[in-house]
Amino acid sequence: MTLTKSAVLGVAVGAMLTTSFALNAQAADGHYIPLTTYRTGAFAGSGTPNANGMHDFFTMLNQRDGGIGGVKIIVEECETGYKAQKGVECYEATKGKGALVYNPYSTGITLQLIPKAPIDKIPVLSMGYGLSAAADGEKFPWIFNAPATYWSQASGVIKYIASRNKGDLKGKKIGFTYLDVGYGREPIPLFKALAKKMGFELMLLPVGVKEMQNQASHWLQVRKEKPDYMIIWGWGAMTPTAIKEAAKIRFNMENFIGVWWSGGQVDVRPAGKGAIGYHAMTFHGASTDIPVFKDIIKHVVDGPGKTLTKKAEDVKEIYYMRGVFNAFVVAEAIANAQKITGKKNITGADMRKGLETLNLTPARIKEAGFEGFIDSLKITCKDHAGANKMFVQRWDGKDWKKVSDWIEPMKDLVRPMLEEAAAKYVADKKDWVTQKCS
Amino acid sequence: MELLHQIFIGPFIEMAGAPDLLVQVVWEGFVSGILYALIALGFVLIFKASGIFNFAQGIMVVFGALSLVGLHELGVPAWLAVILCIGIMFVLAVTVERVVLRPLVNQPEIILFMATIGLNTFLIGFGETVFGGEPKTMITAELGLPTGVTDVQMLGGMVSFQHIDIAAAVIAALMVATLAIFFNKSKIGRALRAVADDHQAAMSVGITLQQIWVIVWFAAGIVALVTGIMWGARSDVSFALEIVALKALPVLILGGFTSIPGAIIGGLIIGISEKLAEFYWGPMVGGSIESWVPFFVALIFLWFRPQGLFGEKIIERI
Repeated sequence: MTLTKSAVLGVAVGAMLTTSFALNAQAADGHYIPLTTYRTGAFAGSGTPNANGMHDFFTMLNQRDGGIGGVKIIVEECETGYKAQKGVECYEATKGKGALVYNPYSTGITLQLIPKAPIDKIPVLSMGYGLSAAADGEKFPWIFNAPATYWSQASGVIKYIASRNKGDLKGKKIGFTYLDVGYGREPIPLFKALAKKMGFELMLLPVGVKEMQNQASHWLQVRKEKPDYMIIWGWGAMTPTAIKEAAKIRFNMENFIGVWWSGGQVDVRPAGKGAIGYHAMTFHGASTDIPVFKDIIKHVVDGPGKTLTKKAEDVKEIYYMRGVFNAFVVAEAIANAQKITGKKNITGADMRKGLETLNLTPARIKEAGFEGFIDSLKITCKDHAGANKMFVQRWDGKDWKKVSDWIEPMKDLVRPMLEEAAAKYVADKKDWVTQKCS
Repeated sequence: MELLHQIFIGPFIEMAGAPDLLVQVVWEGFVSGILYALIALGFVLIFKASGIFNFAQGIMVVFGALSLVGLHELGVPAWLAVILCIGIMFVLAVTVERVVLRPLVNQPEIILFMATIGLNTFLIGFGETVFGGEPKTMITAELGLPTGVTDVQMLGGMVSFQHIDIAAAVIAALMVATLAIFFNKSKIGRALRAVADDHQAAMSVGITLQQIWVIVWFAAGIVALVTGIMWGARSDVSFALEIVALKALPVLILGGFTSIPGAIIGGLIIGISEKLAEFYWGPMVGGSIESWVPFFVALIFLWFRPQGLFGEKIIERI
């Protein structure tokens, strides 16, 4: 071996060892939070701002407060490309480093991690996505989906549409176009139950991943069937293409409503003026004019903390804001776990307790700088989805504007269905870990 | 009986009942077909000249479109950005020839195919590093491409023609005509056909294989850039476009890997048949059949013509 080759090899091995030790040391010295992100691939447009929001909030806490309870937060990203298999690989590669919680940002990855969480004793927080049935805390002690499940959201959309029709949806036709994967298919049982209960006709329009940017025939179907309303459960490139196609067939945008994962600027911008009037569900505000974002800009975006956002404007992206909210829930749960256990350095099991007793009161929300941005949130042993409230926003060509009050989901319908689905999920799993809530 | 009626009679009654919708569906299929054909054309050009199935053709479409939008975001005027992008495609062609193909001359074709998989991975990573993974909006207006719509009252209804779709059809036709003239009438074109027929024989009469490869990869790069612009204008420019490029596979199976007219006809057959199938037969089985119908159609054609509609029948003596 020549001297040059030896030197190169030496440097490479040295770098690998240094990185490895550095990561292990970091995991032991702080709150270790792995982030399964997707900044690449077909869904990067939605995944990147999410990841940036989470990243920047944790960095801000490190810069401003020195971490949580005097302990720094260690964030390590693992790229999944929104692929479930990669997500599991990331999980397996990071769980041994003292991971406190996983935020998969993918229903597909969440479904894979659900059986692993009780074994490894690391909770999963799928904030506003994932398996709706996991809201049943007795059957899923390690899974949390606050502040709302997909089924809650589905009932909220229908409730909103009903409110625009004096509560009567009999004889109406509602189209549902969705990404034909686990995420998109998740709310179908709820929509079917609601169609039966409220007397509207449900029209299903699945869009395969390969057809995300090729939806002409789907929207010609809409032109033919003439539904009164369209609901979209899209992600990545699917939503902007659908909005463009809807504009192309002159579908009334005021009657086109997206899931909260189809309600970012990245979804409406490509359609230009054609997107004006499009609606989307959400569970948080769209304004950065609140203290927490000012702190993020001061300490991270314009400050000494390292940000991955390309420009200050990126903070105004809806999916960035959602990442911030997600990180806030994680941070509050860590602080809560520290309080409950009296420990500075907590474990995944402690984190589970922190999440399960999380109570974000209006006073705490104000103190943390989120006033006016989110509603109060209380997670309990039985209800891992917490508040469940949502509202509707409308795109006016420049900004998202709130157009409804906070909407409560149809709990009387949703909760029994959730419990039934949860019981069905665990029925054939012999050693499934459950808990009894008082 | 009812099922048979639903499959074999119902859709045709529906077509006759709303002929304007039928025309609209066929038009949408025609436009998609043109874009599939353009992607397939890139594959055909490279396959003809080198026998390589270029797995990276799809990402070249994304890379071309991203380069264009990326340059424009940096303040470069639209048409200058197009010229620079053509330059980028040339540099890419030279680099591929020098770094990937030249060291693999005389290697089995499967090795060259594997090399293009590597190239595909490299271009994804390189593109994401330089331009980021976020989707971008195509600079349609800045390029002077039309964005309006013309509604034509016909057959008791209305058919809408998006101007961008008409432009796509015209540009594709011009591009195919230019390529056909170039490859049939020019000296380089004849040299390319000679290389396609027999590498060794072509080299023995003084044709430089390396030069031909650069030209053909450059031509495929320009086709990819145009495809990226047109498809990007219809939706947006993102890495999801690479998935759409997979539709070129059934087009190639159907049209033949070595035929430019095959790519065009194959693209149109696939585009129109998938749209008709999704619209008229899709709802019977819950929809989303557009993803597999093209492969089904290609398989049926393969049954009767294994070499594709216009492909060369290869007879190998053993």
